[in-house]
Amino acid sequence: MAKVTIDGITIEVPDGTTILQAARMIGGDVVPPAMCYYSKLETSGGYCRTCIVKVTKGSEKDPRPMPKPVASCRTTVMDGMVVENTVSPDLLEARKGVVEFLLINHPLDCPICDQAGECHLQDLSYEHGLAKSRYEFKRREFEQIDIGEKIKLHMNRCILCYRCVKVADQLCDGRVHGVINRGDVAEISTYISNAVENDFSGNMIDVCPVGALTDRTFRFKSRVWFTKPMDAHRDCKKCSGKVALWMSGNEVLRVTGRKDRYGELESFICNDCRYEKKNTTDWNIEGPRNIERHSVISQNHYMSLRQLKIDVSKQKELAEKAHRDKQNTQ
Amino acid sequence: MEHNITRLPIESLMQLTNRSKVVVNKKMSFVERLYLPAILGGLMITFRHFFKKKATISYPEVQRDFSPVYRGQHVLKRDEQGRENCTACGLCAVACPAEAISMTASERKKGEEHLYREEKYASVYEINMLRCIFCGLCEEACPKEAIFLTDRIVSSDYQRNGFIYGKDQLVESTDPDKRVDIAGRLKAHRHQ
Repeated sequence: MAKVTIDGITIEVPDGTTILQAARMIGGDVVPPAMCYYSKLETSGGYCRTCIVKVTKGSEKDPRPMPKPVASCRTTVMDGMVVENTVSPDLLEARKGVVEFLLINHPLDCPICDQAGECHLQDLSYEHGLAKSRYEFKRREFEQIDIGEKIKLHMNRCILCYRCVKVADQLCDGRVHGVINRGDVAEISTYISNAVENDFSGNMIDVCPVGALTDRTFRFKSRVWFTKPMDAHRDCKKCSGKVALWMSGNEVLRVTGRKDRYGELESFICNDCRYEKKNTTDWNIEGPRNIERHSVISQNHYMSLRQLKIDVSKQKELAEKAHRDKQNTQ
Repeated sequence: MEHNITRLPIESLMQLTNRSKVVVNKKMSFVERLYLPAILGGLMITFRHFFKKKATISYPEVQRDFSPVYRGQHVLKRDEQGRENCTACGLCAVACPAEAISMTASERKKGEEHLYREEKYASVYEINMLRCIFCGLCEEACPKEAIFLTDRIVSSDYQRNGFIYGKDQLVESTDPDKRVDIAGRLKAHRHQ
């Protein structure tokens, strides 16, 4: 076991835990944002650098600070390590720089993008980014590609996080897509416009932190904040069948996996559930999905008193008692 | 049940201003009892108004200038090349406190590049003018400078259906002479 202090909060974690995992065990504001790391995918992380943290004390045995910010998703904790995330202004400045780099080639087409409203890059740039780009050169541009019948690839929006490649590697057998070329011209592609046809290939839409891979069956159908997210499940032979439905009235507009607070899927779902089951009769609907109140998705969605944990009967009782007391004194 | 209300003397009540007048029923003098001076005085006031500048104008024929911040009927703007600015991003609808705006998005097809500026456009765009409170939040939310409130007045109607304005009433004409001028509002926006 190793003792690690993150932003002044100490926690004891098993050896081999990364700083990011330790921060997620604490939870709350100390958790660094992550664009490429995905706890359910092996060897993910280490590309985007948004999760950088400052290590002010290496360990109990070697208390020297680390010379540069380190990627918390790839650095394991040492006993007695002291880590600074939000309390260090230098680090926040460094993260701002990372976000600026991520946004260099990212187009400002949020009004068109289907990911807007649930995009991690949008949240990140809102929190750390500059209002204007300082980049003077031409952004790299690609044609939009349909990979298969169900997935649209907007390479312009890709930040090369490799999550979708890890999905193809670890979830689907005989993968047909990957990252080709290098450096500035690197892009996700298939072998000569090959279609991605695998039962679990649709999960690359869900793992994509930006709007590079989007669902063609939901393309331009609605904006996320106009849809109502519902938890639902069905008996599926291929996957767990636990999904989130994005509904408008009685119509199922989109089916995705259930994402946790870090935007990671609780379980991967199969393409059958994702694309083919778009009737309410296909699903057992459990109830409305809990969305954080500050998210744009919960805009104009009215919460019931039960959800707000206000007990109406208790309030009524109190009011009646006050009324009786008043009458008695008169 | 007994009511024990004690009345406080007037002087002890807190007064907010000292402008209150105590009404007295004093006896009128002889001149006052004639009433004629008061009547003549009143007529003088009426007569004086014949020579004053009129406070009203005869609307439709004469029209007053609108204030530059006046918020009337909406317009969906086109760009210089006549393409619609709106991309159906839905920010106006989510910003609208009265929930008066609704839209359906469509994908631009090949050959429609001269009609719509971006690859997505609003195939249906409706504002319910009975719901609208003309607050201008849609204009403020718009990232594409597409919707503006103008100095036009929403016309009256006998039916409710007539107040749901579709794209035919909202989008401005492609004819350069019939464009809706929003230069003043645009200027105000860019200087914010």
